[in-house]
Amino acid sequence: MTLYAVQKFLYELNRTPAMQSAYTADRHAVLEPFDLNDEEVAALVEPDIGKLFHLGVNGQILMHFAAFHQIEWQDYLQRMRDGIATYGPVREGVYAMTTGLDDVIAPVHSSSKGASS
Amino acid sequence: MSLVFAGVCSHAPGITGRAHMADPDVRDRFYEAFRQMGDDLRAAKPDAVVIIAAEHFANFFMNNMPSFAIGMADSYEGPIEDPGWLGIERRQVPGNRDISQRFITEVMKGSDIAYAEEWKFDHGIMVPLHFLTPDYDIPVIPVNINCQGPPLAPLERAWAFGESMRRACEAMPERIAIIGTGGISHWPATPDSGKINEAWDLDFMDRWCRNDKDALLDADAYNDLQVYSDAGQGGFEIRTYLTVSAAAGGAQGVVHFCEPIPIFAVSCTVATYDLASA
Ligand SMILES: [Fe+2]
Repeated sequence: MTLYAVQKFLYELNRTPAMQSAYTADRHAVLEPFDLNDEEVAALVEPDIGKLFHLGVNGQILMHFAAFHQIEWQDYLQRMRDGIATYGPVREGVYAMTTGLDDVIAPVHSSSKGASS
Repeated sequence: MSLVFAGVCSHAPGITGRAHMADPDVRDRFYEAFRQMGDDLRAAKPDAVVIIAAEHFANFFMNNMPSFAIGMADSYEGPIEDPGWLGIERRQVPGNRDISQRFITEVMKGSDIAYAEEWKFDHGIMVPLHFLTPDYDIPVIPVNINCQGPPLAPLERAWAFGESMRRACEAMPERIAIIGTGGISHWPATPDSGKINEAWDLDFMDRWCRNDKDALLDADAYNDLQVYSDAGQGGFEIRTYLTVSAAAGGAQGVVHFCEPIPIFAVSCTVATYDLASA
């Protein structure tokens, strides 16, 4: 169980611009000092947002990692849903999913559809 | 007494970052209420604004997580988020180390807190400032209550923290404003983002307006398990709201706006206490 280490890595990355530059250049090198297993490293490097959500990463940390990878908001939400569909319910932590896989929870207003975020 | 303004507001990042995705009618009425709160805040002529936010891993992590923390610096940087993502430019925000230090010293007489001479603001503070003090011309004293990484401080301790802040305001010559940000029910940053328990929100705000301590600390309604079930993990942020209730010392409140905007992920809320009623 190293959810703590995954979140610690993301916390440091989210708040440290120099680390973001280093990570962009060499993901594995920046991940090396963290106590992560192969599944976690693979999910981070991909990045597999759905797997990270399934592992229990706090959404307040995960959404910034998604933004760092230029993943749009609606796509970010969908990737988490896809992760639950593929890997099953959230394993631990407080960020479980409580709605149905196909529920539409926060529709984009019709006048703004197609606008970029 | 030197508490000159007390209120609460939402801080969800979508409020600024996803503005173009919302129904413009309800969004603009919300923005208007938010800016009006800023006008009222500035009319109270505070020397410093205490912003009690539930931050989201910008400064504090589970390696060393304070239940309560107060900033003590002459300036702060924010937002920590990508400015394009949040829709707010990165900038320096003024603090006041001297006022902070005296405020912290007074608060410590009633509550055990951490202080921090470094603090990066996230959306929990930057979104409210964007509407309340758009010129960033009033020193901020940032306050954090851990609402993210359980175990979380019991609501009774948040209430006591609010009372300590009230006494600190009374002990200081400066005019102090206190703003709580966050909540109410929400499931932020998850696939459930946009789910809102409107009835729960309105019931909570009713208790907040009455400033009914027993109702706000109701262990049946607001134990963490029940809050998680009824109001999501974002509901833990009610701590910031009820801390302001305690700081307001029995004053009665008014809700200026409280309507769900799902793409912003919350019942967008603006409410203030009438301090003259205390
Ligand atoms: Fe929050």
